[in-house]
Amino acid sequence: MDLATIWFLLIGVLLVGYAVLDGFDLGAGILHLFVARDDRERRTVMAAIGPVWDGNEVWLLTGGGALFAAFPAVYATVFSGFYLALMLLLVALILRAVSLEFRSHVEWPAWRLAWDVAFAVGSFLPALLFGVALGNVLEGLPLTDGEYRGGLIGLLNPFALLVGLLAVAMVVQHGGAWLALKTEGQVEERARRAAAFGWLAFGLLWLVATAAAPSAAPHLADSLGRPLAWLAAAAFVLAMAAVRWALARRRDVLAFAASGGSIAAVWAIVGAALYPNLVPASGDGQALTVAGASSSQLSLTVMLVVALVGMPLVIAYTAFIYSRFRGKVRLEDGAY
Amino acid sequence: MDVVLLARVQFAVTVAFHFIFPSITIGLALLIAIAETIRHRRGAELWDRTAVFWTRVFALAFVVGVATGIVMEFQFGTNWSRYSTFVGDIFGAPLAAEGVLAFFLESGFLGILLFGRGRVGSRLRVFAAWMVAAGSTLSAFWIIVANSWMQTPAGFEVVGGRAVLTDFWAAVFNPSTLPRYLHTVASAWVMGAFLMTGIAAWYLLRRRHLGVARTSLRLGLTVAFVGAALMFVTGDNSARQVANTQPAKFAALQGLYTTTSGAPLTIFALPPTQDPAAAPEGPEIVVSRMLSFMTYGSFTAPVTGLDQFPQDQWAPIAPTFLAYHNMVLLGTAMLLLMLFGAWYLWRGNIEQHRGWLRLAVLAIPLPMLAIQLGWATAEVGRQPWIVYGLMKTAQATSGVVSATDLLISIGLLVAVYALLAACWLYLTLREIAHGPAPAPAGVTEEESPATSPAPGTTLHRAGLGGR
Repeated sequence: MDLATIWFLLIGVLLVGYAVLDGFDLGAGILHLFVARDDRERRTVMAAIGPVWDGNEVWLLTGGGALFAAFPAVYATVFSGFYLALMLLLVALILRAVSLEFRSHVEWPAWRLAWDVAFAVGSFLPALLFGVALGNVLEGLPLTDGEYRGGLIGLLNPFALLVGLLAVAMVVQHGGAWLALKTEGQVEERARRAAAFGWLAFGLLWLVATAAAPSAAPHLADSLGRPLAWLAAAAFVLAMAAVRWALARRRDVLAFAASGGSIAAVWAIVGAALYPNLVPASGDGQALTVAGASSSQLSLTVMLVVALVGMPLVIAYTAFIYSRFRGKVRLEDGAY
Repeated sequence: MDVVLLARVQFAVTVAFHFIFPSITIGLALLIAIAETIRHRRGAELWDRTAVFWTRVFALAFVVGVATGIVMEFQFGTNWSRYSTFVGDIFGAPLAAEGVLAFFLESGFLGILLFGRGRVGSRLRVFAAWMVAAGSTLSAFWIIVANSWMQTPAGFEVVGGRAVLTDFWAAVFNPSTLPRYLHTVASAWVMGAFLMTGIAAWYLLRRRHLGVARTSLRLGLTVAFVGAALMFVTGDNSARQVANTQPAKFAALQGLYTTTSGAPLTIFALPPTQDPAAAPEGPEIVVSRMLSFMTYGSFTAPVTGLDQFPQDQWAPIAPTFLAYHNMVLLGTAMLLLMLFGAWYLWRGNIEQHRGWLRLAVLAIPLPMLAIQLGWATAEVGRQPWIVYGLMKTAQATSGVVSATDLLISIGLLVAVYALLAACWLYLTLREIAHGPAPAPAGVTEEESPATSPAPGTTLHRAGLGGR
């Protein structure tokens, strides 16, 4: 396997890490207005992600840095092409991050409500916009001289919005499963129901998106027929069945793990569909390919060493930190 | 409007605002780690309350730093796509390394520090505090690597219109990396330490929270003094490196038009103009031959002036000159302040020097101002280049981003940052007004009897929501 392909996979791993880890706290953010009704419940939801959300978001930053380093042309083309959508996404992520910290410093109800709403909207928009961006990449971009000039309106087409909603449903399922795992009483019950609702929406939207893909992204027809894509789809169906089974039996650890598996499976389908392209072109444009858009061999090698040394360490201490906070949340331990 | 100008304005606003927070947290992280270590070694509840209080202040600054840092990670692609394509082979790696080797460490262990009380033991808390300090200090390293490569590119060749990596270590340890990194970290320590010292001084003036105030003053002042001295040593080193590797920038920041043997050091002068013929005549303070001596160790050595470079390669001289000279002025003032402070502290009579305590409160923003001026010197002084000698800033923007796009994003970001600044300042001041947790019952060191206020006036801190 050549280095550029290894980096295609590694960036996939970073994106899966981001979607699985930050996915549940984005979901918790979207859900907290609904599953947590009073102040104590809301603080419980925030405490359920408090010690870990920031570390989860680092997967996105690292993914962004790795994309820049390994495939600079993709980083440059997609980020400048999706300019206003990305700026909106960044503002949402900013508001979401500070709302967690700022909210509980002041007791004034209007202050808390304002930051609660910021937290929810700031969690909803990134999930939606990441999905919309991915939908557009799957459809292929009208690239001229390696640049996308479609603007914001061009991004908001039906298939992309469908994938955007799918991403929202995905994190709702995942966040609901996490909150069911971490909370007790009323919140736990509501979170489990929310996860089941997310599950239904996620599954249905996935079916619709799969059915719509051949007409929305005809160039993917061949790659979607690959055994790997079928295998990933089978894994997705299996994981989703496990989520439903576990939610019904209140087996929350299994439900959360299976939900993470379903997310990873979706990314595997995406990866199988795109390769050997990173960004397919629609019309007569020139696609950005894994081989064509990659950095030099030396640069990819150096970064591979950094990843091989650094990531096992990161995974080890991240697992350790999660293990310190296992079990149901207790507000008394120090919380937002 | 001009796209290049707008993109530069957006970058300047976002990076200047962002860097307020890392420079506070890099400094505070070290101070908190020291406080946690002393708490663990001595089992002292006073150091416990000190560490917990400063961790609360830290957390507020940290979250704003994280939030505004996300923009930086993506802005090269959104606003500077031609630059990103040109340098991606080299410039992306430090950003990725920062994530893998620094951000995970910092944010992961911060979770333990903030939420681990009651869940982890004392030893792990100390370890977590040091990991947060290590993570934040390491992240600065990779950012300085990336920025230094823009100042003094090395370890690459240009192939097919792109800079391609040929030697990783040469690129990482390019000529300006270490001098600039040490200077940046020293100045961040000074920032954190001035904050701690100033707040402690304010408590002492008000005769509040005396226990925590005294420990904070001792710790903060010591680090502020050592840090300010290091800032001078590293700054001097950094200036000489600029003279050797970026002579046009050095000439601009010294305001030196013509190459001079035995060049004088300008302490004060009217800002030089872009056109040498229109250079202002006015009062100035110079030390003759001193610039040559400080730069090359010889009173007669020639210092390269702007006349050696075509005029279209001159940085904007007045802003560079002003930023640099005011930074040095502020640095000197800060060192003097802490020199007196260290002397009073050593003599054990610092609490009687109320004038000094007042100055220490007023001096809290000075390191921040000096840091911003230092970055302005580095970045404006590099113009017209985005990568010194290789790529001009004017060629680096995104082809597909219009002036309208930029105006919208600048408006959006400025509005959000203004909100962030206001909320952060309000909450931090509130946290400080509030003060650390009161001494537990039976411990009397908090309030000295002679000046203790009426019971219950300052000790009410329970009952607020939040952690």
